[in-house]
Amino acid sequence: MKRSSHYDVAIIGAGLSGLAAGIRLAHFGRRVCIFERHSVPGGLNSFYSLGGRKYDVGLHALTNYVPRGVKGTPLGKLLRQLRIDRDELDLCPQRQSRVVFGPHGGTGLRFTNDIAVLEAEIAPRFPAQIDGFRRLADQIRRAEEAALVSAGGSARELIRRHITDRLLEDLLLCPLMFYGSAQEHDMDSAQFVIMFRAIFLEGLARPPEGVRRILRVLLAKYRSAGGERRMQCGVAGIIERDGRAAALRLDDGEEITADHVISSIGSEETARLRAVSPTGAPDVLAEPPAGRLSFVESIRVLKCQPRELGWGNDTIVFFNDSERFTYARPAQQVDVRSGIVCFPNNFDFAGRELPEGLVRITCLADYDQWAHLPEADYRADKQHWMEEMTRSAGRFLPPVPGGALEAATVATDIFTPRTITRFTGHLQGAIYGAPQKVRDGRTSLPNLYLCGTDQGLMGIIGAMLSGISMANAHILHPGARE
Amino acid sequence: MTKDECKKLVVDIIADIAPDEDLSHLKPEVRLRDQLQLDSMDFLDIVMELRKRHSIEVPEADYIQLASLDSCADYLTPKFNALAAKS
Repeated sequence: MKRSSHYDVAIIGAGLSGLAAGIRLAHFGRRVCIFERHSVPGGLNSFYSLGGRKYDVGLHALTNYVPRGVKGTPLGKLLRQLRIDRDELDLCPQRQSRVVFGPHGGTGLRFTNDIAVLEAEIAPRFPAQIDGFRRLADQIRRAEEAALVSAGGSARELIRRHITDRLLEDLLLCPLMFYGSAQEHDMDSAQFVIMFRAIFLEGLARPPEGVRRILRVLLAKYRSAGGERRMQCGVAGIIERDGRAAALRLDDGEEITADHVISSIGSEETARLRAVSPTGAPDVLAEPPAGRLSFVESIRVLKCQPRELGWGNDTIVFFNDSERFTYARPAQQVDVRSGIVCFPNNFDFAGRELPEGLVRITCLADYDQWAHLPEADYRADKQHWMEEMTRSAGRFLPPVPGGALEAATVATDIFTPRTITRFTGHLQGAIYGAPQKVRDGRTSLPNLYLCGTDQGLMGIIGAMLSGISMANAHILHPGARE
Repeated sequence: MTKDECKKLVVDIIADIAPDEDLSHLKPEVRLRDQLQLDSMDFLDIVMELRKRHSIEVPEADYIQLASLDSCADYLTPKFNALAAKS
């Protein structure tokens, strides 16, 4: 097929937001091309092969899960806008999750995709707070969409209007921060409302095949809509003429022109593409700084199901061994005081089982202490922290007999902030992007728009909705009131 | 193009946009939003599908004409027929 050098829309990045934007645009007859530097699609939610296995990067669970028949929620909106049938995603709900605090895991709350379970957990443990919790949940349920867009408030302040117990405040914030906050210490109140709905009021789910199922559906949709995609074809620069984005310069020097450009690679990352002028002289543009929050994640493959080791049916465990929960870039290489344990096997796959056991442990990490390590130190440090994270997380799980874990382990892998930056280009390994979001997706160029993490919606569902809404707002029906 | 044919075309579009909705008992005189879970994004998609499938243009000021199946038929049938007359 002869490749064009001009498109109606050029999309930078074949992650979930870029693919979703591409589907919308291609469906309505725009000539679109997605340019992806990596050989694999998915971006922050991609996959890789190692030792004959395929591993997900980033996918623990999708948020915003609702049972069939529930309408008017983000998942339903996404399925309609992308013309995808719910069954294609093969979403299976979580069984149950726990948030557990204290050096011996003494305080915890269970939650499932039914908010009544969380309420029933809070009532006996925090009897003075349960009414406040119900009022908070109700306020969040009723919050209007438009109100969510006006950001800038403090989640802690919002919570404190209804809940006066700091421990409960931290217990509630812990999973929401881990699954979708770019901000340290506090959370943007609009983002808090979005995440509270996404996780507590709606729920968590996963396809048995993980992220590859979702990517396969999106790629097929995009292709059948007529969208083009160039892989291993990164964008090296955005060329400006007459105050507009006129062309993209690809890694190999080829120039592509486009009427519109949508960039999913991040706000500062996009600014850096603009800062490379045709003469090669750098141009400093004022953009919000990159994100500060990154993670190390260990993956352990077991020859048995996790529950056969005695680890029970928990889908996800959010842990914190300290009195307060500190969600911030750590001073150490990895902060093992808190983290996430995810057991992908423990979703309700309706009779199916994953062929092998999987355990993922994730902790906050400092990008700077990983980025420039010599190779041997990097490998040694990864091993060290894998052991530390396993030991730390183990305090919050049912005990496994000595040696049993090692005997059951068939493979392990670890990725770090450096891995994230290397494969996605997101600076500082910041999977949730910059703390200040660009909610309208606009840049100082009238035909260059942002989608994805830095536009403000995070996670798999958020990324897709971001691509959809930016394609809609800026290209398909600009000026329409929604 | 009769008004009934026009209504069927609109229902076909809605069936693609909102396949999870039951369209079998739609009252043509009642607002679509009162019978179905359709939001503004869905209505914009109806407008775009009209353009994509039938080359019908609906300016923003006329979106209100698409409120019910009857009003859709009243508004769109002449547009369909005008297009057919040109070709």
